[in-house]
Amino acid sequence: MERGRASLGVAMAEPSQNGLAERPPRRTWQRIRTNPRVVVSGTILLLIGVMALLAPWISPQDPFQMNTAMQLQGPSWEHPFGTDEYGRDLMARVMRGSRSSLIIALSSVALASVVGVGFGIVGGYFGGFWEFVTMRTVDVLLTIPPILLAIAVVAFLGPSRINLVLVIGFLYMTRFARLSFASVVQVKQREFLEAARVIGARTPHIILTAILPNILAPIFVQISLSLGFAILLESGLSFLGLGTPPPEPTWGNMIGVGRGFMQQNGWYVFWPALAISITILCCNMLGDGLRDALDPRLRE
Amino acid sequence: MSAYIIRRLVQSALLIFVIASLVSIFIQLLPGDPAYIILGETNATPERVAAVRRELGLDRPLLIQYADWLSGVVRGDLGQSLTSKRPIGPDLAKRLPRTFELITASMTLAVLLGIPAGILAARYRNRAPDVLVSLFSVIWISTPVFVSGTLLLLVFGVKLRLLPATGYVSFADDPVEHLKRLILPATSLALLDMAVILRMTRSSLLEVLGEDYVRTARAKGLAEPSVLFRHALRNALIPVVTIVGLQAGTLLGGTVLIEFIFNWPGVSSYLIAAINQRDYPVVQAVVLVIATIFVLLNLLTDLIYAVIDPRIKYA
Repeated sequence: MERGRASLGVAMAEPSQNGLAERPPRRTWQRIRTNPRVVVSGTILLLIGVMALLAPWISPQDPFQMNTAMQLQGPSWEHPFGTDEYGRDLMARVMRGSRSSLIIALSSVALASVVGVGFGIVGGYFGGFWEFVTMRTVDVLLTIPPILLAIAVVAFLGPSRINLVLVIGFLYMTRFARLSFASVVQVKQREFLEAARVIGARTPHIILTAILPNILAPIFVQISLSLGFAILLESGLSFLGLGTPPPEPTWGNMIGVGRGFMQQNGWYVFWPALAISITILCCNMLGDGLRDALDPRLRE
Repeated sequence: MSAYIIRRLVQSALLIFVIASLVSIFIQLLPGDPAYIILGETNATPERVAAVRRELGLDRPLLIQYADWLSGVVRGDLGQSLTSKRPIGPDLAKRLPRTFELITASMTLAVLLGIPAGILAARYRNRAPDVLVSLFSVIWISTPVFVSGTLLLLVFGVKLRLLPATGYVSFADDPVEHLKRLILPATSLALLDMAVILRMTRSSLLEVLGEDYVRTARAKGLAEPSVLFRHALRNALIPVVTIVGLQAGTLLGGTVLIEFIFNWPGVSSYLIAAINQRDYPVVQAVVLVIATIFVLLNLLTDLIYAVIDPRIKYA
């Protein structure tokens, strides 16, 4: 079912040739550092991250300061991005909005990767009953369009950051589960694992020292791609009014609210839209670049 | 082949059953009593709540309710809306074709533009057309449907006033107006898929163009268009078909936002309204129907794939 998607987004890095907890060769880091896509997208993402972190201090205006005399203005020297329906500065609000998106995206991907990799390793390593439980759960989750499930869950549990993180994390756990499952099944056949078992290594030890390091490369790629998807889902939900509630700005809810004022000030929806697209674009580029750098054989 | 089809059919039926059960259990577990929602805050005295619960059959054990719902579903009865008191089935049946129309229109658009653009990019690899087309695909792959929808609406509906911004006119009432209102939502939905299809066509065609039999075809002096379209493209399109099938699934998810933006009265806007009103039976029914369509689309994709690629074993 996921065949096509897998071939698009997920690169299967062949585990390294000589086994146990091998340190990544210096060349890999070199390749990552010099990959143009990684450098460009990484820099932009870093800047966005710094902006989110320092927003309260570097923002030229207060994102919550209303000014009834300056409602829905276009860009000007005083307000470079224009103002919203309460006369609040849009640039300050876009900067502030990056916080919600990034916090939710980062936490949900952290959750997704931990749970997903756990699922994948348990299913792949133990096989049989565990494989059935973990992988069929993933299959079922994949049969419902993510946005639909997310809307249903958030609508009933109520919009809050925690709920968003839980839902998005759980939904994208499937990607990590499939990926690490496939990698573990592959790694499991290798001789070094048998060697580890023969010398009496305990299962948790084998998983941590022999399996995990060998599946890290594709997981990093997936983390970066998933960040883009998490931002996509988060902004979609806040667009519908199911994300972080106002007055706290998020890119999604700015577009959702700004939609009603397009007639008066089209810039209102333009800036957050631009911010969302650039951020997702960079996450995708970073993922693609990492994939190239970590597995040169996949390069065109 | 027929054994393969039967097995996939059984699998899909099982999957739909599991989803139906999960949705049902999930909704039972959620906080909030439908009786309170129907009565509203002020009217909800304990006696009235009890009466409504009895009327709706909510006082019965959960397992009985579940069995009841399931047997209804099997007989094609999806239950009754809490708010409108109307049966859900006919309402859904009215809205489903509209959502399908949206999906079909954008899929057609995405295929008709995406595949030729992908061929163009592969044919002129690393030259101007390729760079342009690839740039386009990178941008639209990173743009959520609700963002492209809002921006298209802003430019064509609000600023240039070329097309009606939102709303729905049925085809029977006014075909021209109907199609005019279809353009923006269908295009917003299509952009992402067009980008995905384009990228897949390009990379798949490039791969095939490197094969020996393509070299043979060229070596025996065939004209380039003949090599490209008759020899290479046929094989290159196999993975594209899979992507098209999978994308139909994502389109289904995309309609949730697009129907909301453009006030398109399809299944998804029905769902959003139901969620806002806490109309549990409707949510349950719509999620079940959409998941079923999703599963069937995947099944169809797999079957088409098996038909067009004879190398696939039906074991």
